Amino acid sequence: MEKLLEEFSLGLFVWQTLLFLGLLLLLKKYAWGPILNAVNEREEGIKNALSAADDAKKEMENLQADNQKLLKEARAEREAMLKEARELKNKMIDDAKEEAKEEAAKLVAQAQAAIETEKKAAIADLKAQVADLSISIAEKVLGEELSNKEKQEKLVESMLDDASLN
Amino acid sequence: MEIPVMVGAGLVVIGVGLGIGKIGGSAMEAIARQPEAYGKIQTAMLIAAALIEGIGFAALFAV
Amino acid sequence: MFLIENHNFAPILYNDKNLLMRSKLTLKAITLIFFFVPFFVMAGGDAPKTDKKAEIKAYIQHHLQDSYDFSLFSYTTDDGEHKYIGAPLPVILWDEGLKVFASSKFHHGETLAEVDGNYYKLYHNKIYKTDAEGTINYDEHHHPTNVKPLDFSITKSVVMILITALLMFFLFRGLGRSYGENNGVAKGVGRFFEPIVLYIRDDIAIPNIGEKKYMRYMPFLLTVFFFIWFLNIFGLTPLGVNVTGNIAITFALALLTFLITNFTGTKDYWKHIFDPLGDSMPWYGKILLYIILIPIEVLGIFIKPFSLLIRLYANMQAGHIVLMSLIGLMFLFKSWLGSPLSFGLAFAISLIEVLVALLQAYIFTMLSALYFGFASEEHEHHDEAHAH
Repeated sequence: MEKLLEEFSLGLFVWQTLLFLGLLLLLKKYAWGPILNAVNEREEGIKNALSAADDAKKEMENLQADNQKLLKEARAEREAMLKEARELKNKMIDDAKEEAKEEAAKLVAQAQAAIETEKKAAIADLKAQVADLSISIAEKVLGEELSNKEKQEKLVESMLDDASLN
Repeated sequence: MEIPVMVGAGLVVIGVGLGIGKIGGSAMEAIARQPEAYGKIQTAMLIAAALIEGIGFAALFAV
Repeated sequence: MFLIENHNFAPILYNDKNLLMRSKLTLKAITLIFFFVPFFVMAGGDAPKTDKKAEIKAYIQHHLQDSYDFSLFSYTTDDGEHKYIGAPLPVILWDEGLKVFASSKFHHGETLAEVDGNYYKLYHNKIYKTDAEGTINYDEHHHPTNVKPLDFSITKSVVMILITALLMFFLFRGLGRSYGENNGVAKGVGRFFEPIVLYIRDDIAIPNIGEKKYMRYMPFLLTVFFFIWFLNIFGLTPLGVNVTGNIAITFALALLTFLITNFTGTKDYWKHIFDPLGDSMPWYGKILLYIILIPIEVLGIFIKPFSLLIRLYANMQAGHIVLMSLIGLMFLFKSWLGSPLSFGLAFAISLIEVLVALLQAYIFTMLSALYFGFASEEHEHHDEAHAH
């Protein structure tokens, strides 16, 4: 301890304290401040950049999700539209078929009606003609038969047979 | 018979040496067991070693 | 320092491997030559062995102490005259008025310095006021009783402190500026020190002091670390100055740590010293314990910085003594076995000393940060007490 006290130099102590404090203040102002600030700023910058990248990534993901959603919606819409169109088509076809059927039925009915009337007319015509023919034939036959006795009898007989059959 | 002060100082220094050696050894073991607690162990080791070392210096400069 | 810096930057300067190896070798050789030149010169001459022993001892003693002139080495001519190579430094005394004169007036303690009718003698590296004949009076313990004027001389250590301070200032101001000029990236020589600054921040300051308050202590920690480190390294150069191995220097540094610790101490810090048990015990129980505890805690306040100052002083002092003794041994042995052996030992020890230079700076900074951490700590005593 005595040796230590003997070695202790007040002058050196004073100089050291003064110079060290001066150095401390100067370095604080001109060196440590700027250095620590710059380093902190840099680290802050890196942190910010990283978080910005993270954000961008998240945004990207969101965007992608949105896109996916939009795509899905569009697909669903298309599907719906297609379905609608198909339904419409089917309906149109059905309608057309129905209409056609109806038309056809109508046409057929008309035709049938026309045929019927024609038929009726033809039958009437035929009947008239047949009546005419039968009259004329009957006239002729009768004219001939009545002139022959045998034949007259035969006729009556056949007619009687027919009548019994009927 | 009087024991010279030098001898006493020497004894103290031996004790301090053993103490710091023990601290260092224990710290190593602790670090080997828990490498993740390295920083805390090192700090505790330095504090303990510094306190014991102070006694050693006191003995040395009391001579 | 310069040589060591060259070591560090050699890989940057030379890319060619052969050139690198060669340059490293030459650097080492130059380092060695520079390192040992003073001692070769010092140890020259044909004095008998016991004389040489005493001479080496005196030389080591002289080297460990501060000096009033910046002498690089000295030798004795054939006529027995001492020659010193170096520069005188100003001596500043306060003795009924300011007295400033060059240290060359002392002629290295061989003559008296006469200033304004007062006579001063350099005796055992201290300046005493004497009469015209230079008589030194002693008390019964053989201590000089002469008046010692207040001495504020620019000594060798002060010069080294100035040089270190200037070096640090320009180095770190350059580093600080390079960030602004270079878009946030360090440039130049200072770039080498940036990782160290970051290490001190991330591994010394923040873990010990805490994220919240470390910024306040950073300037001191950084300055003290680089100051001690640089001066330690300077002590290993051929300049051979033993600044950090001087008690006044380490005392000044530790005093600052002490003052900062206690002036930034929080309520919790003082409470920890004067009321360490808190509410865990009734007052009448505490009183008995406190009679023992409080003096220990108060003593601790002073022991902490004291061990800080002694540690640095003793380590650097011891390193220099060992190194120089080993170098001195070379000239004592004068045999083909002993001298190379002590040379090898001296070389190994000087390498270890480079490590110690860094280690001591680290320990000083680390422990300072630890003490600051104690001082600025704020924790909840009440919660702890209830938890138990």
